[in-house]
Amino acid sequence: MGNLAADASAAHPVLALDGITKTFPGVKALDSVRLHLFPGEVTALIGENGAGKSTVVKTLTGIYQPDSGQILMDGQPVQFPTAQSAADAGVTAIHQETVLFEELSVAENIYIGHAPRGAFKMIDRRKMRDDAARILTSIGAKIDPMVRLKDLGIASRHLVAIARALSIDARVVIMDEPTAALSQKEIEELYELVDHLKAQGKAILFISHKFDEIFRIADRWTVFRDGQFIGEGLMSEVDESDLVRRMVGRSVDQIYPKRAAVIGNEVLKVVGYSHATEFEDINFTLNRGEILGFYGLVGAGRSEFMQSLIGITRPTKGVTRVGGDICVIRSPADAVDAGIVYVPEDRGKQGAILDMPIFQNVTLPSLGRTSKNGFTRMAEEFALARTYTQRLDLRAASLDTPVGSLSGGNQQKVVIAKWLATKPRVIILDEPTKGIDIGSKAAVHDFMSELAAQGLSVIMVSSEIPEIMGMSDRVIVMREGRIAAELSGDALSPETLVRHAAGITAKGEAA
Amino acid sequence: MNVLKSRETILFAAILALLMLIATRFPGFVAPTNLLNVWADTSPLMILALGQMVVILTRCIDLSVAANLALTGMVCAMINVAMPGLPVIVIVGAALIMGAALGAVNGLLVWKLSIPPIVVTLGTMTIFRGIIFLISDGQWINAHEMSASFTALPRIQVLGLPLLGWTAVLVALIMGIMMSRTAPGRAFFAVGGNPHAAVYTGIDVGRTQFWAFVISGMLAGLAGYLWIARYAVAYVDIAGGFELDVVAACVIGGISIAGGVGTVVGTILGALFLGLIKNALPVVDISPFWQLAISGAAIIMAVTFNSRTGRTKGRIILKSAEIAQ
Ligand SMILES: Nc1ncnc2c1ncn2[C@@H]1O[C@H](COP(=O)(O)OP(=O)(O)OP(=O)(O)O)[C@@H](O)[C@H]1O
Ligand SMILES: [Mg+2]
Repeated sequence: MGNLAADASAAHPVLALDGITKTFPGVKALDSVRLHLFPGEVTALIGENGAGKSTVVKTLTGIYQPDSGQILMDGQPVQFPTAQSAADAGVTAIHQETVLFEELSVAENIYIGHAPRGAFKMIDRRKMRDDAARILTSIGAKIDPMVRLKDLGIASRHLVAIARALSIDARVVIMDEPTAALSQKEIEELYELVDHLKAQGKAILFISHKFDEIFRIADRWTVFRDGQFIGEGLMSEVDESDLVRRMVGRSVDQIYPKRAAVIGNEVLKVVGYSHATEFEDINFTLNRGEILGFYGLVGAGRSEFMQSLIGITRPTKGVTRVGGDICVIRSPADAVDAGIVYVPEDRGKQGAILDMPIFQNVTLPSLGRTSKNGFTRMAEEFALARTYTQRLDLRAASLDTPVGSLSGGNQQKVVIAKWLATKPRVIILDEPTKGIDIGSKAAVHDFMSELAAQGLSVIMVSSEIPEIMGMSDRVIVMREGRIAAELSGDALSPETLVRHAAGITAKGEAA
Repeated sequence: MNVLKSRETILFAAILALLMLIATRFPGFVAPTNLLNVWADTSPLMILALGQMVVILTRCIDLSVAANLALTGMVCAMINVAMPGLPVIVIVGAALIMGAALGAVNGLLVWKLSIPPIVVTLGTMTIFRGIIFLISDGQWINAHEMSASFTALPRIQVLGLPLLGWTAVLVALIMGIMMSRTAPGRAFFAVGGNPHAAVYTGIDVGRTQFWAFVISGMLAGLAGYLWIARYAVAYVDIAGGFELDVVAACVIGGISIAGGVGTVVGTILGALFLGLIKNALPVVDISPFWQLAISGAAIIMAVTFNSRTGRTKGRIILKSAEIAQ
């Protein structure tokens, strides 16, 4: 079966997809696609939100069954009727929003389903703990294998998911947007890990919307568009604009369409916000029409502070002034009343209600506006949902479908639309374009800047330097729960951002 | 949505099939007047199931509904005995208020003390029954002690259907409008569908669950008066174990125990299906043992069907994790 080799110099693919089609009611998620994964090589799978990337992953891991087409391992047709059968065949995946068990320990999460056994087939807890610790160290994660998963933040959970995938001795490792929740340092460690896996001869499928990453680690590329296979080839033979053109079908030029905004009066002032364990002495002001960036490494306390600002957690001290008046925010409902809304980072868990149709998700906090005499009106709800989702480039068959059937990136757009539709005075966007493809990213940024020009004040928490640099009027850098710097104008450069975020002084020494 | 719609059609078809089967052995059963009586007989179950639906939608469960029904019913009967002249409509009002208050007790314990709903309502279920024993001294209140107007109200026929049946129609309409057309209705779905997201949206999860228990309690109170008046007897163990039928009706009707999914129409059909089996089997003269076995098997079958279609629901939980990349 040598006829599957993509070129003469390469080895035969370990895993190949041939003519795979998968339809969901009303959508052809995959339309006769191909994919080839080679031993010791990283293949990047690239495509817009809803292109079918995650569907491929789920087909390869036995979660979905293809309607037609073949999966070939070493040239032999195989079938993965269950997730277990895919794992047994040596295919393992790291999903972005991970499937883990909150109440179990880290070690149990890593080994659930294939725990080491001792006497009488009982689980050998000590070995399990030691093995887990070893894997965690090997990926540079400083996590105690005995803590419960629910006590970990998103980034650490993600590392646990990676450790889990590695605990299965796999030949094919799939990573669906593995870096979205990781800090720069952890990303570097992940790259090393990928190099290590390559050296062991594993075939890796890497899905990402970030081109710098793709060029850093991939050897080959495959592009999907609208569920169709567009092309494949070697990374060394393409550049970013080639890939973007193949992916979007047009060229995307203006990536950070920041408009000049007239910055007005103070809208929000935060004085002395502190929390026992998460952050201390946060002070800043936000003006009308301003986009204020919050930069920092993952885990710098930015999201924790924002959650406290909108009343999810209580600060130990601190005062919020909205439009000059002291405003006591005890719950998210109070924040919404004060015109401050928060688009959380963990949108899978905190954002969308998956069983609810798209339009109802969007109008949930705006029912007051779409109702009359206490009764909701469907036509108004649809109109509102349509206005906002269109601006954000949402790809959905109909606004009546449940959010759960959308692709990851499109679910995020629904959540952003939901909050913009409340017409807030201040919107806090936590990693607004995480998991959103490059074309839609421009749409989100464009809409954001248009609304800012109309007087909306935006707090944008982001760990992406280009996004922070491109969109912010002013940037606050947080480090270890404190404000490390406030930068604007000429003082704002990628180097200064990184320096303040990592706590390195100008002379290059740790502060 | 499509799955739910087809689920309701299937349930409807199952009910029709059941009726046809009964008609072959006992044509009189499907006569319009008898069907109206079946509807009326099933009304308490429908009313309670509609309340339970709201509770289950918010990821809770109310096991105290039957005990609430019995306690409120007993109090109604005692008021009637003590003050025979009191207009019945006042007693109905009192039943609604008292039922809601008992539901509020459940709701407060769940909301303010964060005790799991199954524990709270198992507790209050026993407490309510205990209170009935205390206030009634374990004595029965019989038909001859109640005033004629008290027992007559549910049986008054309007357009061939007793008021008892009309009450279920009215409750279903109100609940239908509330669940599909109002902000609080939407909140019940949101809280059950994704409590975390609901919090971020500014919906108070605990408060929403509290109101779900109040609604369930209020409907249980209403059913309490209707039940006591209809059967013209009140005692400690009335409607004992009925809470299980209520939960079964919801589950058969497609309300997801995982919360966030369900419809009023589904609930009504679920209750009717169960009611029909319980009403019809004795009529077609099947031995009591078979009656028990068949009605049990029907519940298991329906629930199996439920969990099979519900499997998409199960997968969606996985998807929340996985689809999102
Ligand atoms: N369970 C499902 N039911 C219905 N439609 C689905 C389901 N899963 C995926 N889809 C549809 O299939 C298409 C492909 O989705 P997929 O999740 O594979 O996209 P993706 O390429 O991973 O996008 P993203 O970059 O946003 O993660 C989308 O149109 C999506 O709405
Ligand atoms: Mg995806």
